[in-house]
Amino acid sequence: MSENNICREDILRISGVDTRKCMRCGKCSATCPAYDEMEYHPHQFVNMVENGDIEALVESPSLFKCLSCFACIDRCPRQVEPAKLVEAVRSACIRRQGHNHLSADAIPAILDPDIPQQALVSAFRKYSE
Amino acid sequence: MIYSYFPGCTLKNKAIDLDIYARRSAELLGITLEELPEWQCCGGVYPLAKDKIATKLSSVRALAASRDAGHDLVTLCSACHNVLKQVNNDMRTDEYIRSRANNYMAPDAEYNGEINVIHYLELLRDTVGFENIKKKVVKPFTGRKIGAYYGCLLLRPGKVMQMDDPENPKILEDFIRAIGGEPVIYAQRNECCGGYATVEDKAYAASRAGKVVDNAAACGADMLITACPLCLYNLNKSNAENKLPVVYFTELLAEALGLKEENDV
Repeated sequence: MSENNICREDILRISGVDTRKCMRCGKCSATCPAYDEMEYHPHQFVNMVENGDIEALVESPSLFKCLSCFACIDRCPRQVEPAKLVEAVRSACIRRQGHNHLSADAIPAILDPDIPQQALVSAFRKYSE
Repeated sequence: MIYSYFPGCTLKNKAIDLDIYARRSAELLGITLEELPEWQCCGGVYPLAKDKIATKLSSVRALAASRDAGHDLVTLCSACHNVLKQVNNDMRTDEYIRSRANNYMAPDAEYNGEINVIHYLELLRDTVGFENIKKKVVKPFTGRKIGAYYGCLLLRPGKVMQMDDPENPKILEDFIRAIGGEPVIYAQRNECCGGYATVEDKAYAASRAGKVVDNAAACGADMLITACPLCLYNLNKSNAENKLPVVYFTELLAEALGLKEENDV
């Protein structure tokens, strides 16, 4: 295994999540407003991290579809809090690839003049390290 | 009553309405908001990763400055409120984050979560009282059907925000009643507007916000109110079949209190 592999323990440490508490109810995915946009859904993040199936998650565009709305965090009956896993895998992905998902150079071309500053700072917080 | 006040980046620019109407109304209601002299951007979203400390420090600085000024800290933007309240909770309850933040910043006095972070709406409900606001209303919104849009950040995570029941909130509805309007309850009022996804993918956010607007319209709302600049933006840019005006709740408050002037922006 190369030193660039992200392992299950890395994700559990960064997220602080205990995937073993999950009882597979699926409420996280049922309530997720990004569900239709995601290749892997919140309940799959929990299951795949638990099984050590990290690489598929690291490579997935789903990482950048989570809206950080706290719905799956608040509504999880077992306090597993799947969004913390999404954040941990996203962070690990950006740290490994060595460059940010969103760069400041890309902004002028996509900038809507009406957009509130809050959108930009939030996007940079989520899409960069 | 004097409070420290954290306006945040957007309230100095795109969301200046949210700020000026809040300040003006607070004055009439006997609340003094003292803006922190050297606040820094909260970052917009709370960092969920356990190993991210640096991104929480701007919030810790604001919290410590408020403590040093001797006041609780009032916030208005839903995002600032969410970040500052969650970081304050970390500084109270998470020894790992508290010790690292204090060790790095080395302040004269360590910050350990001594003050409370209060949303402007909580101030209206708990300190001023909606009943007292009702008595001061000179221009009630009688007959107006107003949908409260909470979005995600005002209420969640419920156990940290502790503002209201995250699944069946009523603070904004009670506010609407206080200014004489009729609140409209709709299912999407506490679901996400699409948030920062609009930066990369406008259609994605527009579709999410569209569900909110169409749901509110179907339930009979003729306008929406929010406390969040990004919610306001996304709702206005939505792909909804119905178009509803979206305004900051502070603008309606000021108008009801007779504080909105003709030449206001």
